Amino acid sequence: MPALFRRVAEKDRKTIHLFVDGHEIEALEGDTVLVAVLTRTGRLRHNEFDNAPRAGFCLMGACQDCWVWTEDGTQLRACSTTAQPGMRITTTEVPWLTNL
Amino acid sequence: MADEPVIVIGAGPAGTRAAQRLVQAGLRPVVIDENDRQGGQIYRRQPENFHRAPEKLYGTEAAKASSLHTDFDLLRPHIDYRPGTTVWGVSNEGLMTVRGQDVTIVPFSRVIITSGATDRIMPVPGWTTPGAYSLGAAQIALKAQACAIGRKPVFMGTGPLLYLVAWQYLQAGVKPAAVLDTSALSTRMRGLRRMASRARVVANGVRYMANLARAGVRLHAGITPRAIEGSNNQVSGVVWRDSRGKLRHAACDAVGMGYGLRSETQLADLLKCEFIFDPCFTQWRPHVDRNGRTSRPDVYLAGDGVLLRGADAAEAAGQLAACAVLRDGGHVVADTEFTQLHETLTVMNRFGRGLAEAFPWPAHLARALPDDTVVCRCENITAGEIRRAAGELDAPEMNRAKALTRPGMGRCQGRMCGLAAAEILAAARNVPVREVGRLRTAAPVKPLPLNCTVRS
Repeated sequence: MPALFRRVAEKDRKTIHLFVDGHEIEALEGDTVLVAVLTRTGRLRHNEFDNAPRAGFCLMGACQDCWVWTEDGTQLRACSTTAQPGMRITTTEVPWLTNL
Repeated sequence: MADEPVIVIGAGPAGTRAAQRLVQAGLRPVVIDENDRQGGQIYRRQPENFHRAPEKLYGTEAAKASSLHTDFDLLRPHIDYRPGTTVWGVSNEGLMTVRGQDVTIVPFSRVIITSGATDRIMPVPGWTTPGAYSLGAAQIALKAQACAIGRKPVFMGTGPLLYLVAWQYLQAGVKPAAVLDTSALSTRMRGLRRMASRARVVANGVRYMANLARAGVRLHAGITPRAIEGSNNQVSGVVWRDSRGKLRHAACDAVGMGYGLRSETQLADLLKCEFIFDPCFTQWRPHVDRNGRTSRPDVYLAGDGVLLRGADAAEAAGQLAACAVLRDGGHVVADTEFTQLHETLTVMNRFGRGLAEAFPWPAHLARALPDDTVVCRCENITAGEIRRAAGELDAPEMNRAKALTRPGMGRCQGRMCGLAAAEILAAARNVPVREVGRLRTAAPVKPLPLNCTVRS
C-alpha cells in the first residue's frame, strides 16, 4: 500500500524508529504518530462496522477517525500524539479486557 | 464560587487575548488548551525542532501569528497554563478535564470558552476513502508537520480556505489537480458588497486565485460534487458536474474538502447556555450579547466557537469577553475599550456575513445524496438510513433520528456529520432545517480512556 503523505520540508530532523504492527519503521523527531505512519503506508486503522481502512480525516482531534493502539492496549489519537522512539503501535484494536 | 479562578478554555487568538486582558487586570487565569502548544488552529505552531520561518507558515498573517505567540509566551509566568488538556464535561464542582489518564475537576468563578471551529462537511460518495481529508486537515499537515496530503490533491468545497490552502500547497511545491468550488461566480459577487469592508482580505483572496490560475491550476466555480473515486483503498479521482451540468473528472491522489466552518459548541451546551438558530450561518449556536455574555451569568464565549468571523475578530472578541468578565466581577474597565472593540467587530460582522453570502453552505446537495452514501463516518450510517428515520420511523428532529437510526451516535458525536444529517432529515420531511433542531451534547464530549484516575 503506497504512502499517503509526502514530506515537503523539514526533512533534516533526527530519525527515530518505531514499530507498526510489528514492523520497524523510520520516522523523524517531531512527527505525529499519524504522519509517521502515513508517510510509510496508506491506512491507520479499520472502521469497526465495515472493516474498511481509514486514515484520519480532520487532523485536529475532532473526528476520532485516527485512533490507533499501543501493543499494551492504550488507545491514541494519532493526529495529536507525538511519535516516540521505540513506540509499538498496532492498527487493530486491542481487546478491551487487556486495556485495564 | 466567587473565590475560584477565571478559566479560559482554548489558547488560539480568542483565548490568548482573553487571558492577556485578564492578566493585565491582575488576575491569574487558568488556561486550558487541548493542544500541546498554544496557537489554536489557524496560528498553530510547528514542533520545536522545526525551522521554517513564520512567513512560510502563515503567509500574509505572519506578523499576527508571531505577535500572538510571543505575547502568550510572555504571559506564561502569570497564568496557570494546562496544555494537552481536554475539557470533557461539567459537574456541580466545576469543569471535568483530562490530560492523559488524569481526570481533574477544575472549579471556576467564571469561564470564557474559546473552543474554535472545525470544517463544515457535506458528505459525498467515497469520502471515507483514505486520502480524503478535511480542508483544515490539509492545512494542518502542511503547517504543523511539513507534509502534503498527497502529490496531486484536489481541493473541493467552498469558502476562502479553499483558495488559501490550494495556494499554500502550490507554494510548497505541490500543484493541486483542481480547485472545485460549489459557489458560482455570480453568488460570490453578491457577497462582495458586504466584504468590501475589509478590502485587504478580499485582495489577498483574489491574489491567491490569480496565482493559482497563473500556475495552471484549474479553478471551477458553481460545481456539483458527485463522487470521490478510489482504487485499492486510496483516492484516485474526483467526479463533479460543472456549472453547465457537464460531468467532469480529475485524477488525483488526495482530496481536501470543506464548506466553511462549524462552531464547536458542546461545552456551552453542557453548561446549559441558551441556543438560537443563526440564519446567516444556517446553524444553531449559543446566544451571546455583543460582549460574549451567554444566558448563564458565569459563562462567556468568544471566537469561532460562537460566531464564525475568523481570527482577527476572535482576537477582539476574546479581549471583549475578558472585559465583560472583569466588569461583571467588579473591576473597572473604561467604556472606551468596549466601544473600540465593538467598532472593530462591527466591521468583522459585516465581513463574516458577506463571506457566508459569497460562499454559501450548499444545503441543497443533501437532498440529492444517493441513499447508499455514508453520512456518519463513525458508524457508517447512510443517507438512506436518515431518510428512513424521517419517513417510515417518523422522527421529527435530530435527536429522535439519532435514537432510531444512529446518525451522530458515533464517537465524534456528530461533529463531522451532524449538520449534513440535519439537512437530509429536513429535506426528507420538507421542513426548514431549523425545525429539525440540533444534536444534544452528551459528556464526555471527547472519548476518555477506560483507565483514567480522578485527581483532586
